[in-house]
Amino acid sequence: MNKPNIIVINGQEYLFTPGETILTVARRNNVDIPTLCHMKNATPTGACRMCVVEVQGARSLMAACTVPAGPNMVVRTESELIAKARRMIIELMLTSGNHEDCLVCPATGDCRLQELAYKYQIKAGRFPKTKSRYDLEAVNPFIIRNFSKCLACGRCVQACNEVQVNTAIDFGYRGARTKIITKGDRTLKDSDCVFCGECIQVCPVGALIPKDAYKKARICDTKSVRSTCTYCGVGCQVNLHVKNNEVQHITGRGDAAPNFGSLCVKGRFGFDFIAAKERLKTPLIKENGAFREASWDEAIGLVAERLSAIKAKHGADSLGVLTSARISNEENYVVQKFARAVLKTNNVDHCARL
Amino acid sequence: MSKNRIQLMLCGGTGCHSTGSKKFEKALQQELEAKGLAEEIKIVETGCNGFCAVGPVMLVQPEGIFYQKLKVEDVPYLVEEHFLKGRPVKKFFFVEQKNKATIPHMNDIPFFSNQVYRAMRNKGVIDPEVIDEYIAREGYFGAAKALNEMTPEQVVEQIKISQLRGRGGAGFPTGMKWAFAAASPGEEKYVLCNADEGDPGAFMDRSILESDPHAVLEGMIIAARAINARQGYIYCRTEYQLAIRRLDIAIRQAKEYGLLGENILGSGFSFNIDIYQGAGAFVCGEETALMRSIEGKRGMPRPRPPFPAHKGLWDKPTILNNVETLANIPQIIIKGGAWYASIGTEKSKGTKVFALSGDVNNIGLVEVPMGLPIRKLIYDIGGGIPGGKKFKAVQLGGPSGGCIPEHKLDTPIDYEEITKVGAIMGSGGAIVMDENTCMVDMARFFMDFIQDESCGKCTPCREGTRRMLELLEKICHGEGQDGDIQSLEALAEVIGQSALCGLGQTAANPVLSTLRFFREEYETHIKEKVCPAKRCVALLKFEVNPEMCKKCGLCFKACPSEAIAWKKKEVAVIDKSKCVKCMSCFDKCKFDAIF
Ligand SMILES: Cc1cc2nc3c(=O)[nH]c(=O)nc-3n(C[C@H](O)[C@H](O)[C@H](O)COP(=O)(O)O)c2cc1C
Ligand code: SF4
Ligand code: SF4
Ligand code: SF4
Repeated sequence: MNKPNIIVINGQEYLFTPGETILTVARRNNVDIPTLCHMKNATPTGACRMCVVEVQGARSLMAACTVPAGPNMVVRTESELIAKARRMIIELMLTSGNHEDCLVCPATGDCRLQELAYKYQIKAGRFPKTKSRYDLEAVNPFIIRNFSKCLACGRCVQACNEVQVNTAIDFGYRGARTKIITKGDRTLKDSDCVFCGECIQVCPVGALIPKDAYKKARICDTKSVRSTCTYCGVGCQVNLHVKNNEVQHITGRGDAAPNFGSLCVKGRFGFDFIAAKERLKTPLIKENGAFREASWDEAIGLVAERLSAIKAKHGADSLGVLTSARISNEENYVVQKFARAVLKTNNVDHCARL
Repeated sequence: MSKNRIQLMLCGGTGCHSTGSKKFEKALQQELEAKGLAEEIKIVETGCNGFCAVGPVMLVQPEGIFYQKLKVEDVPYLVEEHFLKGRPVKKFFFVEQKNKATIPHMNDIPFFSNQVYRAMRNKGVIDPEVIDEYIAREGYFGAAKALNEMTPEQVVEQIKISQLRGRGGAGFPTGMKWAFAAASPGEEKYVLCNADEGDPGAFMDRSILESDPHAVLEGMIIAARAINARQGYIYCRTEYQLAIRRLDIAIRQAKEYGLLGENILGSGFSFNIDIYQGAGAFVCGEETALMRSIEGKRGMPRPRPPFPAHKGLWDKPTILNNVETLANIPQIIIKGGAWYASIGTEKSKGTKVFALSGDVNNIGLVEVPMGLPIRKLIYDIGGGIPGGKKFKAVQLGGPSGGCIPEHKLDTPIDYEEITKVGAIMGSGGAIVMDENTCMVDMARFFMDFIQDESCGKCTPCREGTRRMLELLEKICHGEGQDGDIQSLEALAEVIGQSALCGLGQTAANPVLSTLRFFREEYETHIKEKVCPAKRCVALLKFEVNPEMCKKCGLCFKACPSEAIAWKKKEVAVIDKSKCVKCMSCFDKCKFDAIF
């Protein structure tokens, strides 16, 4: 007979599906277990050890994010020992590298370490502060790597290897010299990195930040507006982080298809056109060699008129339509319909880079 | 074997290599040829004999005469006396420390007579590069039996009956491990041999591989039969070049003889073994890191479960066993599990190999029955402490283990008993320390090692061991403060409770065990800024106590930088401006007069 799939957490019985971790079951049932390195869409690594819990019969504390729930398993998520471990782990993180200048860190307010330190009321002090062995790297247009804030949690490694599958970065060296490195420990710009920025998005602290972060508002000071990326037909869901009616940052929206948080280099970093002075905001009509602003009605009217005239004089096949991969399938369908049914031509093409 | 009148079993282990066995062998061969003896007397280069302390060593068979500390210049005399005139040469006999008695026969030397050879039964007896010599000593009989006369279930059953436990450190029952992997569903399974041996002071596995590589191969074949694996890997640290060479030769010869590869001994069973050279990271001895390393990834532990018996190498069911564990397997199959379990204690059966090192007379490799009191290991076999010094402690289990002080020396060699006193059996490293050892410094040494070798993945180990090292360094430098011991204990508890793998979970053991038995030494360092063993340089004054100085001038002669002034019948004086703090004077002074 199969044992029932019931696990006991803090004295309560919960059902689980075989293969689920303690953390998954706990979270589904609103039992709070703090995590730092855990990522929803990647294999749990059990690296940071924040989520340790007591499992009856185990020799030591266990990481809730990696241990599968088992029948009749008895788990406690809070105890004196657990609190001691979590507090010490936070203290150790706070004293590794530089976590003292929160006032000028772009991640403030959006920092998991701050959150945890606040929750457990940890002040660094018992151990001497240790400077990072590695200098800040900013020799590319997109990403700053600030090793003095890195907790070596490995989220960026998971994001790069498992989510984006770019395999540009991994753990390097050992012990206290541990560093997240590219192959041969080169700079990002000389590596396999494609600057998708997935790693920035998952970094729980300010160790990976956008190049222009210091010139922009902090995420915590912005309003998040859901939108759709305008670059291609995939239609990635984004959060525009807006302050003073200007987009400060773009991040992927974790809870929505099709991208579930991921973006490409253009979608994440290429948004300065939004507020650019040269940006076109109305149609322009060229008269006597010079452009003048016009209304959409006037512009579309003019186009219709000219297309009809060309068609009447030279025939339908003198016209062609070039469309774009930046618009959706549905819109592209309408464009070809317009070409075939209205203009009556099969001259339809597109350019994937438009 | 051959029909020679005399066989000279010359040790070719790494220890004797380094004391000149190769040169000696060449000279000896030339001399035998010159005297026309080469036909009837054959030199056999064996694997490590174990008595590295007195190398190069040679056993003369069939007489059983044991020669030690052989030198090239002695060759003519030795050949003339012993091999022409039949008079064994006393000059090269073993001399007992206590009564200076010479002992001609190997079996009478306490170092050997207290040992029981199982995993090392062929050590120094066969030429490891000749498969026939292994076969002549029941070699591959176990594999033949397992393949042709036993079912996989029967093989596992015998291992269970033997109660053999993993010799890699944790002591997990081998039969149980095999049973899990055998029951794990899957076509593809693997048998791995752990020859990473990273503990400082450990060389058991290297010696077994060098002296009897076929025993390990045979153990792997039997394991493969038990779980139905087709492929095995030996993960050996690349520094072990001699072991790797001998394994290479052994694999080639076993294949030629049909003992490895397709259709072994006509049984229809096929199994292959390849060697994988590891770069020598300590953490790669941890099973999940080892498997990742073979997969070509960075050797970093992953959480368990899943356990390797279910998801191991390439996510297939896998058994990983230590070299010594595997070397015991063939005999268990030949003689039966009950034979193996006939010696030892209730829960620890058979024998255990130890690498004796540190402040002990007979540095070397020994195999002793389980249950032997540690005192016997150190005094009867190890020959006690050199230079008339007092024993202080023995560190078992290296950086993951603990120390055993004088008053616990009667603890028997037994997994559970050793754990009770705060150490671990470990893989067999036994570092003996005399009264001149500072226990804080010793703990600092191991923490330095651990924090260097931590893979860096999990927070408690990566950051916590660094903090512990800092505190230990502080204490050794005379900057210890009230509360430091408490900080050490707090860190130790959290690291042990929450680190991801065995490396971190055991990292604090040397600190905890020295705190348990030598807490006052820590306190003296912190409160009085004194290192009682006079090892922590920063805490030494480099002054001579006139009341204790016997005016012998030994320190004066030892000082390399002319910092000591001394004349006959006068107290020595150290000029601190010239002193380079090399400690030479401390080591030389017999009267403890320098502080
Ligand atoms: C950090 C670390 C290092 C280890 N190094 C070794 C090693 O060098 N050799 C070894 O046999 N086992 C080593 N082990 C133990 C192995 O993980 C594993 O338990 C063992 O090889 C299993 O074989 P056994 O059951 O025959 O002992 C190590 C474990 C840890 C945690
Ligand atoms: S930007 Fe993308 S490719 Fe580059 S390291 Fe980060 S995740 Fe990897
Ligand atoms: S850079 Fe960020 S995500 Fe990557 S390991 Fe460091 S703290 Fe974690
Ligand atoms: S305990 Fe140490 S060696 Fe093991 S996973 Fe953690 S950091 Fe790596």
